[in-house]
Amino acid sequence: MNTLHVNVVTPDGAAYEGEARMVVAKSVTGELGILPKHIPMVTPLDISVLKLRHEDGGRTLIALSGGFMEVRPDTVTILAETAEMADKIDYDRASAAKVRAERRLQDTKLSDLEFRRAELALKKAINRLSIRDIKE
Amino acid sequence: MASLREIQMRITSTQSTKQITKAMNMVSASKLNRAQGSNANFKPYMTKLQEVISSIAGGTSGATHPMLQVRPVKRTGYIVITSDRGLAGGYNASVLRDVYRELKAKHGSTDEYRLYVIGKVGVQFFKARNIPVYSAMTGLNDQPSFVEVAEIVKQTVGAFSEGEIDELKLCYNSFISVISQEVKIDRLLPLGNIEQTASNVMYEYEPEEETILAALLPRYAEGLIYGALLDAKVSEHAARMTAMSNATDNADELIRGLKLKFNRARQAAITQEITEIVGGAAALE
Repeated sequence: MNTLHVNVVTPDGAAYEGEARMVVAKSVTGELGILPKHIPMVTPLDISVLKLRHEDGGRTLIALSGGFMEVRPDTVTILAETAEMADKIDYDRASAAKVRAERRLQDTKLSDLEFRRAELALKKAINRLSIRDIKE
Repeated sequence: MASLREIQMRITSTQSTKQITKAMNMVSASKLNRAQGSNANFKPYMTKLQEVISSIAGGTSGATHPMLQVRPVKRTGYIVITSDRGLAGGYNASVLRDVYRELKAKHGSTDEYRLYVIGKVGVQFFKARNIPVYSAMTGLNDQPSFVEVAEIVKQTVGAFSEGEIDELKLCYNSFISVISQEVKIDRLLPLGNIEQTASNVMYEYEPEEETILAALLPRYAEGLIYGALLDAKVSEHAARMTAMSNATDNADELIRGLKLKFNRARQAAITQEITEIVGGAAALE
């Protein structure tokens, strides 16, 4: 048992299912690297990129918009509102969203809620775009 | 008796109506299929979420959260799910009738409730009766994605956590089978009893349980609303499918009746013509 079974589930269906040697996720308290036989754990995740390291050395990147991770010794389940595989991201759309969010944030008359919303949108856009820059 | 031409015209128009209802029936059937698919896709997410929540809430830590606590009800929020288009038999009428009855029975003034209405039919219904609609959402996709409905979902769950409403009820048609849907008015918030699932895993929590619960419960409530919406969509397509297949059957019957009438009229005309010819010939002899 040298691999973890990884499930990424969203309300619109399963986004990813497969084996991985290591799972690197960013929880709200910091980055976590999960290896097989990890103690059962539950933790909320930040808007971040989930990195899966496969046995053959390959890698899978998935952009998450927050969510949860449930770890068991042989499986990792991630619940997220949205999850996009690196090759399915529409970078043009993400760039446009980033510009839009930045412009909204310039507005000084925003209410707290609107500000938080724009901030979240910006964070999600930056997160999606950041996948492109992740090097080996 | 109507003239031959008139009857023929009615037959033609009924036939074209039948073509339309038949097409709509088939469209709904395929939409129903897809809606059931997305419903099935959503199930694993909810199951997992419920599993984690019940293991925290049911744990020995005694972690609590405002969403789990019942408080005196000063204002009730209602999420009413209807469709944007009609032609779905009793689909909208039944849920709106039940909601209307509930509002009249339980509330003295309009301050005591807030309506969050999804679907054009519902919005028009309440407008016609001078019942204020707090928030409306129309033009929803036939296969709504979670992101699309996030707005109204977050709004309602947010209103509850901020104390603007003390109770949240979901009113929608729940799918039982293609020919039967049931109106449900369920209390969604506070989350009364989260079903205990038999999972004996002891988890480590990072950070502590209360924080996780605070982040998880809104997701859970949002998930429940989204689930109801998917359920309602399945019902809508099923209701429309049944309504349209009934309409097609009715059209068939109408056409049969009209054809009979047409043939009778034609026969009568022929008989009359023969009588006239025979009468004319007899007069010549």
